[in-house]
Amino acid sequence: MDQKEWPLWEVFIRSKQGLDHKHVGSLHAADAAMALQNARDVYTRRMEGVSIWVVESQHIHASNPDDAAAFFDPANDKVYRHPTFYEVPDSIKHM
Amino acid sequence: MQAASDAPAHPTYSPEVRHLLFDYVVQLADTSLVLGHRLSEWCGHGPVLEQDLAMANIALDLLGETRSLYQYAAELEGQGRTEDDLAFLRVATDYRNPLLVEQPNGDFAHTVVRQFLFDNFHYHFLQRLQASPDAALAAIAEKSVKEAAYHLKWSAEWIIRLGDGTEESRQRIEKAIHKLWRYAGELTTPTPTEQALQDLGIIPQYSDLQSSMAAYTAQVFAEATLPVPQNVPSQLGGKQGRHSEYLGYLLAELQYMQRTYPGLKW
Repeated sequence: MDQKEWPLWEVFIRSKQGLDHKHVGSLHAADAAMALQNARDVYTRRMEGVSIWVVESQHIHASNPDDAAAFFDPANDKVYRHPTFYEVPDSIKHM
Repeated sequence: MQAASDAPAHPTYSPEVRHLLFDYVVQLADTSLVLGHRLSEWCGHGPVLEQDLAMANIALDLLGETRSLYQYAAELEGQGRTEDDLAFLRVATDYRNPLLVEQPNGDFAHTVVRQFLFDNFHYHFLQRLQASPDAALAAIAEKSVKEAAYHLKWSAEWIIRLGDGTEESRQRIEKAIHKLWRYAGELTTPTPTEQALQDLGIIPQYSDLQSSMAAYTAQVFAEATLPVPQNVPSQLGGKQGRHSEYLGYLLAELQYMQRTYPGLKW
């Protein structure tokens, strides 16, 4: 490996059981094991997490901002797609 | 902290044992403090941000352990000294840390080797210290052993990466191993104080740690494709107050504020 910089990784952390992993940031690491260890040191110092995912940034494919109109606007006027006609019981958290 | 305050740990200790235990707990605290301070010197200078933080985290873990130990020592002594008095107002010859932990950071490889040698001892030692009949020491060990397990994982990982890395990383780590190995033996060579406490069953026998320490070293070094140094004579003295010149400079910086402005709080 003659590259000077380690590759970039995206970090996802689950803050408690039952919640989704959330994107928290990125870091540099030589491989997945180091990325996990670095994520532990950089992003979970204040008890933020119970589980960590890392994925190399180059594997993330993003939608193009120029396509935003075609991608997202058609959903604007389709209120029937929202599950707003249900009562959510109080005991259900994290919906 | 909690460990020291709710421990009915030593109602039956004779003054002699109390004294031995005080000396020993101070030794443990000095060790964590000096190594924690060394690691904190990397803060802002780490090779990459992620490792800068990793070392700062380890330093903070060690300082946390230091505080519990000094608090317990102050309580054992019962002379009204506080944890701060013990940390900031003793001279180098009163410090009882082993020579290994006062060695300068050097390059990253030196820091990693120093850390691995210490962590390998610290982790295996704390594991057994949890079974100490001294409730305060057992409680401190129980809290710190999880941190030590992570420290050991970190330093072992870097031994492997540097040993089995590039030509330069290998050269550097071999140099660090050659330089620091002589200080490893002191960790498991009991002083008269330690021997007495081992005989009383209050702290674990170092001879019991050695096989698990050696096995782990062998495993990590095999993965790192590094030879484990054999028959290296040990440099002793730190645990009895005979230090290298480095400790004086370290304490000068560490104690500067309290020495210059006695009683300063912030």
